[in-house]
Amino acid sequence: MKLRELLRQPGVAMPALLLAMILLLAIVGPWFAPQPFDAIDFEADWGRGPSWAHPFGTDELGRDLFARVCVGGRLSLAVGLVSTLVALVIGIAWGAVAGYLGGRIDALMMRIVDILYALPFMFFVILLMVLFGRHWLLIFVAIGAVNWLDMARIVRGQTLALRRREFIDAAVIAGLGPAAIIRQHIVPNLIGVVIVCATLSIPQAILVESFLSFLGLGIQEPATSWGALVNDGARAMEVTPWGLIFPAGFLGLTLLCFNQLGDALREAFDGGALRRTRG
Amino acid sequence: MLSYAGRRLLTAVPTLFVLIALSFFLMHLAPGGPFDSERSLPPEIEARLAAEFHLDEPLWRQFGRYLGGLLHGDLGPSFQYEGQTVSGLIASGAPVSAAIGAAAMLLALSGGVALGAIAAMRPGSRLDRGLMLIALTGLSVPSYVVAPLLILIFALSLAWLPAGGWDGGIAAAVLPSIALALPQLAAIARLTRGALAEALDAPWIRTARAKGLPEHLIVLRHALKPALLPVLSYLGPAAAGLMTGSVVVEQVFGIPGIGRYFVQGALNRDYTLVLGVVLFYGALVIVFNFIVDLAYGALDPRVRLA
Amino acid sequence: MAALPLSGTTADVHSTHLTIGNGPEPESLDPQKATSVSAGNVLRDLYEGLTGLSPSGELIPAAAESWTWSADGRELRLQLREGLCWSNGDPLLAEHYVAGLQHLLDPATNSGYASLFAAIEHGAEITAGRRPASDLGVMADDARSLRIRLDRPLASLPGLLAHPAASPLHPADRLAKPGNVRIGNGAYRLVEWAPQSRIVLARNPLYWNAVATTIERVQFIPTEDLNSELKRYRAGEFDITSTVPAAQAKWIREQLGSELHVATYLGSYFYGYNLTQPPFKAQPKLRLALSMVVDRELIVDKVLHGLATPAWSLVPPGISNYSAQRPAWAALPRAQQLAEARRLYAEAGYSMEHPVEVEIRYNTSDDNKRLAVVIAAMWKQALGVRVKLVNEEWKVFLQHRRSRVVTQAFRNTWIGDVDDASGFVELFGTQHPRNDSGYAEPAYDQVLQAAAEQTDPQQRRAALEAAERRLLEDAPILPIYFYASKHLVKPQVEGWQDNLLDWHYTKDLHLRAH
Repeated sequence: MKLRELLRQPGVAMPALLLAMILLLAIVGPWFAPQPFDAIDFEADWGRGPSWAHPFGTDELGRDLFARVCVGGRLSLAVGLVSTLVALVIGIAWGAVAGYLGGRIDALMMRIVDILYALPFMFFVILLMVLFGRHWLLIFVAIGAVNWLDMARIVRGQTLALRRREFIDAAVIAGLGPAAIIRQHIVPNLIGVVIVCATLSIPQAILVESFLSFLGLGIQEPATSWGALVNDGARAMEVTPWGLIFPAGFLGLTLLCFNQLGDALREAFDGGALRRTRG
Repeated sequence: MLSYAGRRLLTAVPTLFVLIALSFFLMHLAPGGPFDSERSLPPEIEARLAAEFHLDEPLWRQFGRYLGGLLHGDLGPSFQYEGQTVSGLIASGAPVSAAIGAAAMLLALSGGVALGAIAAMRPGSRLDRGLMLIALTGLSVPSYVVAPLLILIFALSLAWLPAGGWDGGIAAAVLPSIALALPQLAAIARLTRGALAEALDAPWIRTARAKGLPEHLIVLRHALKPALLPVLSYLGPAAAGLMTGSVVVEQVFGIPGIGRYFVQGALNRDYTLVLGVVLFYGALVIVFNFIVDLAYGALDPRVRLA
Repeated sequence: MAALPLSGTTADVHSTHLTIGNGPEPESLDPQKATSVSAGNVLRDLYEGLTGLSPSGELIPAAAESWTWSADGRELRLQLREGLCWSNGDPLLAEHYVAGLQHLLDPATNSGYASLFAAIEHGAEITAGRRPASDLGVMADDARSLRIRLDRPLASLPGLLAHPAASPLHPADRLAKPGNVRIGNGAYRLVEWAPQSRIVLARNPLYWNAVATTIERVQFIPTEDLNSELKRYRAGEFDITSTVPAAQAKWIREQLGSELHVATYLGSYFYGYNLTQPPFKAQPKLRLALSMVVDRELIVDKVLHGLATPAWSLVPPGISNYSAQRPAWAALPRAQQLAEARRLYAEAGYSMEHPVEVEIRYNTSDDNKRLAVVIAAMWKQALGVRVKLVNEEWKVFLQHRRSRVVTQAFRNTWIGDVDDASGFVELFGTQHPRNDSGYAEPAYDQVLQAAAEQTDPQQRRAALEAAERRLLEDAPILPIYFYASKHLVKPQVEGWQDNLLDWHYTKDLHLRAH
């Protein structure tokens, strides 16, 4: 399916457009902010509501909230995208190999996935963050390492189905090895599933990051994320409600769009044959 | 059937072993120890404490010691809470977590299936879209925002319910259960709606409709059972989600459950307490998945547990 | 507010029940072992020391009705009240206090407070395991008289004896397993301890002054999340909170102003400089320059919302027999401070164009974070300093701070245990285990030594003050603020008075019917 066709599917264009706008704002927004996201205006009153000078108000340390929401968005979106990429790479490789090779290897690989599934993974992420400090790279990898299991299961299922198709037989007869077949024939045919999975796993990753922020294990100040901002805002929601409303609005809208987009794409690709699995 | 259960049990053993080994070494690799504090103890006292808890032995010996204790059902003493055993702490916290978790699960299931069914009856209608949008929103708002909001509304403004704490009463469980249930409720509503809408499109349903059966009877008698299968398979992840969520909810509401023990234990390097909680949760997830599989077999004749 | 139909434990159902938000769950209720503030709050109700504090914080007789020092200041004699007994009715004897102190210093107890009493004769050797605990220089001459002999002068001993760590030990509890709750002698006795849930005490009718206690029952509820505690207080579930979240101070002042109690607390919050590593090694001018550009008044006003006192020194104000020190530059107008700081910064070899790079290391907490962000911005604005914030989880942070390898500037605090300045200045003795800056100055150690051996209060005071002045000149630390104790107290709670140690005994409180 071409991109243009895809965008014409019902329910795809709207969330995609919104997401593009949010992404654009996160990237260019800080250039239009009245002050850098980490600058403090010592003269001004701190924790003021929205005004012309500060469209989203200022936080409890007098920093411009608009700039912080934009910069936080960069991080949250990056966490979502990169950790999903990590999950994709591991999940596709694992699932495709297991599904294509089948037999004992498949059984073993899937048993490992089963075992990992039964681990309370969120707890490992917490332990990892405690252990290695809060490097942003680690946040990506840790969350990706949690999310690849779903991906591996779905990819394996699809690969099993693909393997019975004629073009795979043809490739085998043509003398291609398993690695080449997986690379050239299996993976390209997984693209639809993968796009759907990825779209649905991005909001998961963003939520996990915000959960870590709640526990105080998130990104290092003065850098910030939507999760960290929402968490700060939730503490003082009665006193400075704008501190919660703006970041929570962006966080919620983004997650909403990704979920909506994922649903719509799934419909578009195969009318709902893919079962949604979430963890 | 019995042999199936037996084999499942056998795979549970390596699963739990991996779980314990990973958590054990991760915990012990983390910098800092259980007895570090602001006031730093004199070195001789520190050495004596380390010896008392065998922390001066090589790591593999400590691991062996821990496994040996486990075989006798001994989870060891807590480092942080003087004179308390981990089993005792879990025994006091688990019923509280379980009560709130079970209430949340019940709420998520009944509420989710009901909302999903209502939405699926008229796919594409305004009601359907509205409900699904609400469900998506429920999925998109973190529980550490929902929980304080609930407190503000129901405890402070309306003064209907307590703002936190735990006395074993129903009132104290209401808000935490709701906060815990909401994301799962939303997920289940979406699943039910999707599966039911699909089932209602199936040929045998069309036959039933042609016979003139009222729509709610069609849903209840014919469509709901097959539509519940994906919901059922979601219960495992839902249980895991509830456990993770309990960490937040127990902290915000000040509830003496084991989710709080986990975070406190990890931060205080209370090795045994963390291991105990992880093991407990791991075992729970395994048992839960097993029950779900059994139920799956009972509901879907195509699935054979062999 | 009406009683809730579904809940059975709201605080205001019975007017003689008090419910207190108590911070983190106490790690133990063994008075000789527990070191947390939250355990201390409970233990002060469960046990009574030889001495005590009045509601306003003055030293008063408690189990001992009087005491006298020997002429050389090496022996304290105490006389117990007549007819004292334990909460189970057994007579309370002087030897039980001896047993308590022996238990405290016994190495098998592993007490974190043993060092507080190390000056008692043979105390240090006992804790080091070189002598049996029975050698301790604390003797019961008869059922009601007690003598405490000292290895070196310890003027603060009567105050120290009010500390829960000096509680008596019932003979039946000598062999009790650790963690078991023991028999007490305080105004209250333990009824229930449900971990993470509540600790319930009831009035002890056998307490010598039981006629004066009016509150029948006290509940201590663990509260880890400050915002949740505040909400529960507002919902009427607590009568007293353990603290208040600084970020909401402004709102609290407006809404609950009369219920907010803020008082100077015996604690100091400062940044330490690591003197053993660059960039602060052998750079006193750089250290002073960074200290001068920090606007403490702004921090206390805007970041802490008045819930603290600005600090230019280490020892908090209000300590008996000590006057607060202040470096001369602290009195200069802000513009002059900045100019002076820039001069020192330049002499240290840095400038706006070639700024120093500094890491601020702090442990995870909201207040630490906000403070580090603001101080980094102040340094950057005034001197162009390039700052990297490093937020570490508590145990990791403790290890880094202690090992003095990766730290540069780091968050540090000290909370005093008694109304005395020596605990603060001794922190920077070369050998002190908590000398995280690695300050090693023989002249400073000598002054400390002289102060420790001095029995004349005036001369001791002069020596301690000289030590602190020396410390502030060398600037191994950057003082920021002095802590304030901060509580919300419902108007119906009477008898609450703010005091320096933030000690409050339930026996001194009363509930007004409403």
